[in-house]
Amino acid sequence: MSMLTVTSAPHIRSKDSVSRIMLDVVLALIPAGLFSVYLYGTRAFLTIILGVASAVLTEALIQKLTKKPVTITDFSAVVTGLLLAYNLPPSAPWWLPVIGSFVAIALVKHVFGGLGNNFMNPALAARAILLAAWPVQMTSWVIPNADAVSSATPLAILKGAEGTLPSLRDTFIGNIGGTIGEVSAAALLLGAAYLLYRKVITWHIPVTYIATTFVLVTLLGGKGLETGIYHIFTGGLILGAFYMATDYSSSPITAKGKLIMGVGCGILTAVIRLYGGYPEGVSYSILLMNVAAPLIDKYTVPRVFGEVKQHA
Amino acid sequence: MTKGLFTFSGGVHPPHSKHFTEDQKIELCRVPDVVVIPLQQHIGAPCEPLVKSGDTVKLGQKIGQPKGFVGAPVHSSVSGVVKSIEMCNSSVGGKVLSVVIQNDGTDTGVEPDIPGNIDQLDPAQLKSIVLEAGIVGMGGAAFPTHVKLSPPADKKIDTVILNGAECEPYLTSDYRLMIETPEQIIGGLKIIMKILGVSNGIIGIEDNKPKALQSVRRAAAEEKNIKVVSLRTKYPQGAEKQLIYAITKRMVPSGGLPMDVGVVVNNVGTAAAIHKAVTLGEPLYQRIVTVSGGAVKEPKNLLVRIGTTFKDVIDFCGGLVEEPAKVISGGPMMGIAQHTLDVPVVKGTSGILVLTKKEAELPEPSACIRCGKCVEVCPINLMPLHLSNASLKGNMEEAEALHAMDCIECGSCSFICPAKRPLVHSIKVAKKEITARRKRSASS
Repeated sequence: MSMLTVTSAPHIRSKDSVSRIMLDVVLALIPAGLFSVYLYGTRAFLTIILGVASAVLTEALIQKLTKKPVTITDFSAVVTGLLLAYNLPPSAPWWLPVIGSFVAIALVKHVFGGLGNNFMNPALAARAILLAAWPVQMTSWVIPNADAVSSATPLAILKGAEGTLPSLRDTFIGNIGGTIGEVSAAALLLGAAYLLYRKVITWHIPVTYIATTFVLVTLLGGKGLETGIYHIFTGGLILGAFYMATDYSSSPITAKGKLIMGVGCGILTAVIRLYGGYPEGVSYSILLMNVAAPLIDKYTVPRVFGEVKQHA
Repeated sequence: MTKGLFTFSGGVHPPHSKHFTEDQKIELCRVPDVVVIPLQQHIGAPCEPLVKSGDTVKLGQKIGQPKGFVGAPVHSSVSGVVKSIEMCNSSVGGKVLSVVIQNDGTDTGVEPDIPGNIDQLDPAQLKSIVLEAGIVGMGGAAFPTHVKLSPPADKKIDTVILNGAECEPYLTSDYRLMIETPEQIIGGLKIIMKILGVSNGIIGIEDNKPKALQSVRRAAAEEKNIKVVSLRTKYPQGAEKQLIYAITKRMVPSGGLPMDVGVVVNNVGTAAAIHKAVTLGEPLYQRIVTVSGGAVKEPKNLLVRIGTTFKDVIDFCGGLVEEPAKVISGGPMMGIAQHTLDVPVVKGTSGILVLTKKEAELPEPSACIRCGKCVEVCPINLMPLHLSNASLKGNMEEAEALHAMDCIECGSCSFICPAKRPLVHSIKVAKKEITARRKRSASS
């Protein structure tokens, strides 16, 4: 008889895998990408391709250099590259996604230990760096079907910038100015529904995040319910809430922690949008809460089954 | 799937894989020419042999006497001659002192000491029958049953639960027992209730076993004090603390025992064994074993004499259809992988799984992505990812602070992990280390 394998129990495993999870995120992001390419043309397409390619190549290069197993087939670098590209304006020059993805993968992900160890969302942190370094290129918006005219985003208009506010319907479908990925709330929600169905993400962060932002902006903004709804569908809130704030490595582990994360992101976003210098604020809210995540984790350790409360 | 009322939080849904054997009636396994009966079959002190090489023994004769309270005697499963008493491979790991008996094929039994009218026996007499018959938990851990039936005076027991969940994939021995001889289970439960002076008996069965539920319900129809409840199918529903919580909503305190919340839990197989011991005077020398997996020719549920080797059992099932890659004693979630088929069936052997290469294949582990699925499924609300990290780093203080000792080792975390990390394995390592440290510091 041949050798029998002896391992510790359990002897069976679920079909889930890291690459399947990451692939699900990629699949969920495709509708928004397609919509953007339809809206902005080959330029958006090129930005997305460059973002993904740069992320994957950077990861492979770093892992080769540090003599670690190359894990680009787990799709996690693809997700980061996609999200980075989705956070760029469609008019971005070709080198912006290349540098952005390099920064995301090299500085934010691998310097801190690679997959699962980054304390901030790589795509968002890279975006913040790009925004600080090249503010002009990062904030040149085009109005769809209007031949690359620079314009203010709906949120900037709500905040007092010149321009005409698009209809709520256009904002929902995505016929507005904005970054490549954030533009169509409808396409993003379609993907989000898929992620929830596949149990890749849970409702805790996105729902509390969006609800908190909506309630605070409506109550404190004093411009009524409709303005509140505008705030939901613009400025990358849907993209941030469903796809970025839910990043496993940089968000709390437990359901309770996730609720705190969502509410925290919502409060920060509302405060930045209403009182801050930036019109949107999703990126910085998530990044700030990323930093708070370990603390949240520390205070939301679940009570162990049968644990008796200690009486001092 | 119908949603049962009774459940717990956490848990996973591994594929049931029970189709191999669920419709196979319990058959008698061929009694081998030689049996190997280990003198240690569970935690606690090993038994002292009562026989020596060359002695003639009868079927059911006591051949090993426990040295401490936490122990159960062992009996000969054949009649014949003791060939030797030596160290032999054990299915629970390592080698243990075992009595090797040459079967004379006559099954000459000891005169059964049938106690007459059961109703006239008092609880103490019943309990001593359970002890003398060597009854242990038949679910797998094989903990001596008489210990469970002897709660200290300050622990008031009001409920006896029988575990018919059989939540481990592949295994169908409890299932067939519940379908074929439910009256033994009910009879055993009544004896346990009498020993403990309890008038509330509950049998919990997962709702993916409607035939078993129906069969046991029918057998219990006349019993006013016995209730049969349908549990929501989810692993590990058969874990003691989860079962108690699902049925009574009582939470066994961390580090505590079921008796701390007034409950005693036994397996349905244990109840049947108690019933046989009391009514037939039959000590525990045989048990039902599910033989399953893709590499075995005819998967079966067999009544096997203790001491029959896995090889003999598999041969009785028509042998192998292909080279097995892995052989497990028990179920695939908590069972123990074997390095040889030359190990005997013991009182706790609920199943023998013979897995093909494809069934046994385990994916390579990769980096933790902090998805939190292990936290979601842990029935004890532990944080397996942090515990595992602490253990892998050798930081046992941290592992202890993260409640490593509360882990019930159900394996749900390792099962669900998309990165295929050895979560429960590293927690088991931490538990062993912490226990060793506690012992060291207690003795120094």
